[in-house]
Amino acid sequence: MSANAPPMSAPLSSAPDTVSDRLRKRASRHVKERVIEFILFSAASISVLTTAAIVYILVSESLTLFEHVSLWDFLTDTQWTPLFDDAHYGIMVLLSGTLTSSFVALAVALPLGTIIAIWLSEFASFKTREFAKPVLELLGGVPTIIYGYFALMVVTPALQSIWPDLPGFSLLSAGLVMGVMIIPYVSSLSEDAMRAVPMSLREGSYAMGATRLQTALRTVVPAATSGIASAYILGISRAVGETMILAVAAGMQPNLTFNPAEPGATITSYIVQVALGDLPHGSVGYQTIFAAGLTLMLMTLCFNLLGYYLRKRFREVY
Amino acid sequence: MNQQDLQAIRAIITRHKRWDMLFGLLGLLALMVGVLTLTVLFADMAIKGASRIDYDFLTNFPSRRAGSAGILSAWVGTILVMLVTAFSAVPLGVAAGVYLEEYAPKNWMTDIIEINVTNLAGVPSIVYGLLALGLFVYKFGFGQSILSAGLTLGLLILPVVIVATRESIRAIPQMVREGAYACGATTWQTVRDHIVPYSSAGILTGVIIGMARAIGETAPIITIGALTFIAFLPPAPYTEVFPFISFDWLTAPFTVMPIQMFNWTSRPEAAFQVNAAAAGFLLVLMTLCMNGAAIWLRYRLRRNIKW
Repeated sequence: MSANAPPMSAPLSSAPDTVSDRLRKRASRHVKERVIEFILFSAASISVLTTAAIVYILVSESLTLFEHVSLWDFLTDTQWTPLFDDAHYGIMVLLSGTLTSSFVALAVALPLGTIIAIWLSEFASFKTREFAKPVLELLGGVPTIIYGYFALMVVTPALQSIWPDLPGFSLLSAGLVMGVMIIPYVSSLSEDAMRAVPMSLREGSYAMGATRLQTALRTVVPAATSGIASAYILGISRAVGETMILAVAAGMQPNLTFNPAEPGATITSYIVQVALGDLPHGSVGYQTIFAAGLTLMLMTLCFNLLGYYLRKRFREVY
Repeated sequence: MNQQDLQAIRAIITRHKRWDMLFGLLGLLALMVGVLTLTVLFADMAIKGASRIDYDFLTNFPSRRAGSAGILSAWVGTILVMLVTAFSAVPLGVAAGVYLEEYAPKNWMTDIIEINVTNLAGVPSIVYGLLALGLFVYKFGFGQSILSAGLTLGLLILPVVIVATRESIRAIPQMVREGAYACGATTWQTVRDHIVPYSSAGILTGVIIGMARAIGETAPIITIGALTFIAFLPPAPYTEVFPFISFDWLTAPFTVMPIQMFNWTSRPEAAFQVNAAAAGFLLVLMTLCMNGAAIWLRYRLRRNIKW
């Protein structure tokens, strides 16, 4: 473009670049841009590599386990004693602990989280919200080992004073504390979903003479279903994957039970238990933790896919 | 409308208003469950552990005798692991966030990366521990070292950093980019001189929250096989002779605060429980301070920036 331009009466710089100079500069700029873009792309693709590596490690180590143990035994055996001489590999035993403790936790977290979300979004004043949201965030930021200590040292004795038969380790007290830990995950996502519901819907409801509670339950909550569902899903996968609270407060004996008042091992606490010991690399015991991890991963994957589907299916677009 | 109908309607209104008030109380109660838990937890550990927190507790190694046990190797280990975590997660996370917001074309590759980031945020932390055990410890041969632990936690908080970076980049108005491009800047120049500096406070918030999470993570570090009883410090990062800096500490065995606390919690003697409370108090203080700093930073940010 400048090649065709009329010569300027006074040159702006003492030594103007020739056209080829400028082209070279542009080319080098272009190459540099490409290199940087590639570096940034590599950083972004780490996430894909991580997922691939997780799947590869879990599957390959589990496959070596399934050379010794049939998949049928793994799914149906009612005992889990991989480290004993009389070894049994029934993942059901660990699953029962995971499901029971998650059930207790969700029985606390889902109702309380939903109530808090509705209350913060529809009832609380601006000032209350400004106070409550950071507190909830702090609640979610406390390390889980601290919650484990809290469950073992404070909640279990407190429960025992009401109910003396409760053992010192129980899925119940671990689950209760886990529930409190999960409240912020449920409440903050649900609240975001409710606040995204347009004001006009609420105004319509109020104009018909509805109270705040009626508006909240019959207008806002249905409109925010997809967001609330994904908050629940997140809560469920947190509960299933929670480790330290259970390792500390639920005992680590494998126990096929759905009674929360008993001690029990979960998939996660079994992995911790094995990792604490000194298992040689490549032994059967070493491989069982990968098989347990694979089971856990598949469970959370199912929940994540379900959440994805629910979001797509029930998304309301305003 | 006769008198009877009017009264019936009034009754209905009163009933609904009562429900409304009840729910207001219920919400407050539900919130109090959270607030109370946080308070009791904090107070319980402060009261039980206060007697143990002194200079000796910070400068002693763990010991068989509860009274003379300390957390020196634990807090040094925590700091070193956090260093590795920060140096791995922050550059990678910011780069990935910048790529996804400023560079990524709309195609299937970008979709895959985005789905993966979302999915990784939901993977239980213990699964990261298994990944690290198989990959870092045995395949790469890093052993049960500070390097393995730091990289594991780095991967764990990567999604947090990426999401924070993306969100704060998205808050920058398009006109900033248009202005830079109009002056002939390349994409990288725009990113380096405008996008990253303007979003740095938001990124910092995300990094602090991620680090606060990493500092308390116990399960993945136990899984890679960190020892619970370490009575020595990793080699110092500086040397007397040239080149004065040494990275031997990266491959040293280590322990961290949450593991030390877990070890003490799982012992039957009551005296060790006191130690656990003291270590837990310091740990929770650290994470609360970090989270508090992040919340404060976000609050400041929201008030000050008006594009």
